Amino acid sequence: MRVTQGCFSFLPDLTDDEILTQVQYCLDNGWALNIEFTDDPHPRNTYWEMWGLPMFDLRDAKAALMEFDACRKIYGDRYIRLSAFDSSPGWESVRISFIVNRPKNEDGFRLDRTGAHSRVQRYATRAYASDRPEGKRYA
Amino acid sequence: MSVDGEIAPQALATVRLADEFAASGAGPVLKQLDDELIGLAPVKQRIHEIAALLLVDRVRSRFGLASQAPTLHMSFTGNPGTGKTTVAVRMAEILHKLGYVRRGHLIAVTRDDLVGQYIGHTAPKTKEVLKKAMGGVLFIDEAYYLYRQENERDYGQEAIEILLQVMENNRDDLVVILAGYADKMDRFFGSNPGFRSRVAHHIDFPDYTDADLIAIGERMLASLNYRLSESAREALAEYIPLRRAQPLFANARSLRNALDRARLRQANRLFVERDQELTLEAITTIDAEDIRRSRVFQRDSV
Repeated sequence: MRVTQGCFSFLPDLTDDEILTQVQYCLDNGWALNIEFTDDPHPRNTYWEMWGLPMFDLRDAKAALMEFDACRKIYGDRYIRLSAFDSSPGWESVRISFIVNRPKNEDGFRLDRTGAHSRVQRYATRAYASDRPEGKRYA
Repeated sequence: MSVDGEIAPQALATVRLADEFAASGAGPVLKQLDDELIGLAPVKQRIHEIAALLLVDRVRSRFGLASQAPTLHMSFTGNPGTGKTTVAVRMAEILHKLGYVRRGHLIAVTRDDLVGQYIGHTAPKTKEVLKKAMGGVLFIDEAYYLYRQENERDYGQEAIEILLQVMENNRDDLVVILAGYADKMDRFFGSNPGFRSRVAHHIDFPDYTDADLIAIGERMLASLNYRLSESAREALAEYIPLRRAQPLFANARSLRNALDRARLRQANRLFVERDQELTLEAITTIDAEDIRRSRVFQRDSV
């Protein structure tokens, strides 16, 4: 099941050229860029691992792509997303965030039902991937 | 990608370089370079050659011919105050107009900005700077400080390795200009053969002649709405060879400092006679006495 979060996630995967164009759009707006990755696709997992520090003061998208390439080389089997932050309100706020890399096979989610007190049913979604230990989920 | 790619390559029978040149918008920048920078003939010559090459390459790619982007990493060598930084800024602009670099900004750094203070600090620092310079020109002033021969564990070596790697792999993304004094740069290149082979253009900035320096001085003053009186020009003509003979002469930079001090003395002279009515002429004119009161003349007389 394809994970759809962030911008463009209902579109076919962005090519490198398209990513470059999007990143340049962010830079032209004066936003800072950040690269994050994770292998836990659960939608409530908002805190992904950071790849290096956020990138401020870039002028050209190629620089961010260079970092993305380095990240993809090591964590190519995981989700990688690019987010851009706008500091003009006085704090850093996310303006755009999109997935740029995803695992080859996305297993999807399982719905867990548990009985609670009296005949209450509780539900939880769990990624099949998270059955395996971190780092080996999409290997 | 070409913005004006309306003509298919095969339909293109002839191209006038002049049209292409006008379309690139590099003409005014090159003209500005010629007009505003005094002297530096070999530098201008080389920049014109590079501009011509890039232009011909653009045309070649329109005809569908192979046009491999040339390596444009450069080294600027010359004595202090010969205009290396000024030319580097112009260079970024010209390369941008000719479509060689995408953004055309200049990031000027020295050793401090590239080399870290502890193990593992250098690589991120250097990469950070390189990322900022992407799409533009990275100007490394006094580049020879990157390599310290006497200390083999110096972190400068690490910065050099990352630089070399990016200079090679991201040739289309940024242009690196190394600048420094000629003798030290020669030693630097001697001990880093990797650099020498990756830097295609070695441009030597000659010292300014005395006449050049006077012209530069007048231009500096004109930009500040000052002018030299006839006698002041003579005084300056005497001043320059005297100053040149002294140690630590830094060409245009020394001249700028001298003129700054002359402005101080002029202001002081006007202030001493503050009861008199001032004319516009008086406020804007640097007189011979403002220059002749310099330490350089006094030492000569003692």
